[in-house]
Amino acid sequence: MENLLAGAEMLMRWDVMLALFIGSIGGVVIGAIPGVGPAVAIAILLPATFSLDPIVGLTMLLGIYGSSMYGGAIPAVLINTPGTAVNALTSYDGFPMTKKGEAHRAVSIAYSASFWGGIFGILCLILLSPVLAWVAPMFGSREIFLAALLGIFLVILAHRGQIMAAGMLAMFGIFLQTVGLDAVTYTQRYTFGFSFLSSGINLIVVVLGLFALSQAFFLLTKPDSTPDAKPVSGRMSVGIKELLRNKRVATVAASFGVILGMIPGTGEFTAQFMSYTYAQKTSKTPELFGNGSPEGLIASEAANNAVPAAAMIPLLALGIPGEALTAMMLSVFYVHNVIPGPQLFQNNIDLVYGLYLALILLNVIVFVFLLFSTNLMTKIIRVPTRFLGVMILVLSFVGVYSLRNSLTDCMIAAAFGVLGLILKRLNLPIVPIILGMVLGGIMEVKLRSAMPRLKTPLDMIDRPIAFILFLMILLVIAMHIRTLFREYRAPATNADHDIHDTQQR
Amino acid sequence: MLRFQTLQQMFQRYRRPGDIVFAWLALAFAVFMLSQLWDQTAWRNGQKLIAQPRFWPAVSLGGMAFFAALHLIGSMVSERIEGRWREVLTWVRALEFAIWFILYAVLVPFVGYLIGTVGFVILLTLRMGYRSRLMLISAALIAFAIVVLFRTLLHVSLPAGQIYEALPDGLRQFMLTYF
Repeated sequence: MENLLAGAEMLMRWDVMLALFIGSIGGVVIGAIPGVGPAVAIAILLPATFSLDPIVGLTMLLGIYGSSMYGGAIPAVLINTPGTAVNALTSYDGFPMTKKGEAHRAVSIAYSASFWGGIFGILCLILLSPVLAWVAPMFGSREIFLAALLGIFLVILAHRGQIMAAGMLAMFGIFLQTVGLDAVTYTQRYTFGFSFLSSGINLIVVVLGLFALSQAFFLLTKPDSTPDAKPVSGRMSVGIKELLRNKRVATVAASFGVILGMIPGTGEFTAQFMSYTYAQKTSKTPELFGNGSPEGLIASEAANNAVPAAAMIPLLALGIPGEALTAMMLSVFYVHNVIPGPQLFQNNIDLVYGLYLALILLNVIVFVFLLFSTNLMTKIIRVPTRFLGVMILVLSFVGVYSLRNSLTDCMIAAAFGVLGLILKRLNLPIVPIILGMVLGGIMEVKLRSAMPRLKTPLDMIDRPIAFILFLMILLVIAMHIRTLFREYRAPATNADHDIHDTQQR
Repeated sequence: MLRFQTLQQMFQRYRRPGDIVFAWLALAFAVFMLSQLWDQTAWRNGQKLIAQPRFWPAVSLGGMAFFAALHLIGSMVSERIEGRWREVLTWVRALEFAIWFILYAVLVPFVGYLIGTVGFVILLTLRMGYRSRLMLISAALIAFAIVVLFRTLLHVSLPAGQIYEALPDGLRQFMLTYF
């Protein structure tokens, strides 16, 4: 309890509250504009937050992360274009409702389900904290190495149908983090004699290139268009009543969000997909799914909003990010010399609880804000796409240049921007590169520090948690092989390929 | 809708034009980097394999080459999609904007963040085909707001222009500090 109070005390500062407010409302706006996702915004703002206190910077980024999915539901429902990639399934049922003249019902259901999912995720996080504080210290170097390795396997295997490409890009990410001067042996690795490569390839520069600049290039090379969402009218409280009628679906969906959010590499999309499938299978009206089912809408929105809180679990407890956004946040911790992981719960528990409370507050702020300002959002999202591209380009410069005042960084970011554009146009995933870079670095460091205690390879798994992680890796591989065989025997043909579209990220 | 892919589809993937070009480029990159392994990394005698500075580059590039080869095979056995080179041309067209970005980064330390940003936004807005007065004024105002937000209010580390040195004393200090 005293930890919770210490966390609350941390938040009771005008700068923290302002950051939370800007992050929450900014996140909704960013999420609502098709073409800019939270990844673009967080990448741009990341270097600017380095000069702020950790709690201020993290609160702002967390605000963007947690609230963008609320905003993303608006264009998904109103114009059939998900604001963020994770709102893809929202458009399946939201847009048919709009066509039937029930737009206000659809958006209010989406907000209510998002709120339910968000709060459920945070409550799980708070309830799990004592367990995390107990388990986290049991994670030594070899356990963290195995958890990171599991993360790599999962991020590759989660990209079904693109496993070869995801594997290739994850390996590319691991390679990128090896470039530069090796910190232990002081030898150069892949610098080709260039001094600027000695300090390595900066993660933030890569993130800015792959997410922000690539999106600018993507929008600038496409024909101009202006999203046109019609204003909605009607009582927004209707969604709350509808949600209360479907508590079971909302709670199960949020649970999927929590469980899959905790597992590195799986994230919102898988959670949304599984809860949607569950809702359809258990529904009395499964035929309505895809044609304007409130249950479908609740399932997808409750699931994706439960993920941000759950994604903080591996990040805070083990220092292992599960997806690109938490990977970016990890760098904020590092800059302030707060190292997420087992020690965090012992040394900075007030920060952990401060972040939990910030998550609760942001959900309340966003929910109240959206109940009254949906029509304002429909006006804001009418930004012509090419103009948006110009603005992203200018804002990206702030991010890249402020990092180290380096022109070389700008060039490297531009090169990664072109690579990101190619990946987006080919519908190949970007996230494996980022997770490869972060998890690759963790694996290298942890394997080295575990080495003095390893006499034989079997010593790697001679502790209970290490053994469990090893079994999980084997299980993930076995389940993947099983799925391949099942699909081979019963091929499915009605695949919805565009659902994994990376252009929205 | 609920099951996306089959084993066959894993190799005969749903692809977009240009996939095979990217597959070739990725494989060539991985193989070239792998060929430089001995030149570009060191081997320390007496150290265990996993502690060698060469270990992780070798693992990652080996893995990348392996997956890139499979990705390429997947592309080669799939049906050819028209529009491959048109797609590659789009990638090349993106280079124009990469150059715009780099030129902007080169010019800002000379002309200052304020002039550089407002000028860059107006020029690129014109280049993107916007001609209306409303769009150009909006572009200039947003650019100015970005400068005020990041340089004046948040004091984010952005370059002050050399051009400011030519200004009179009081104004020079003001511009160097805030714009």
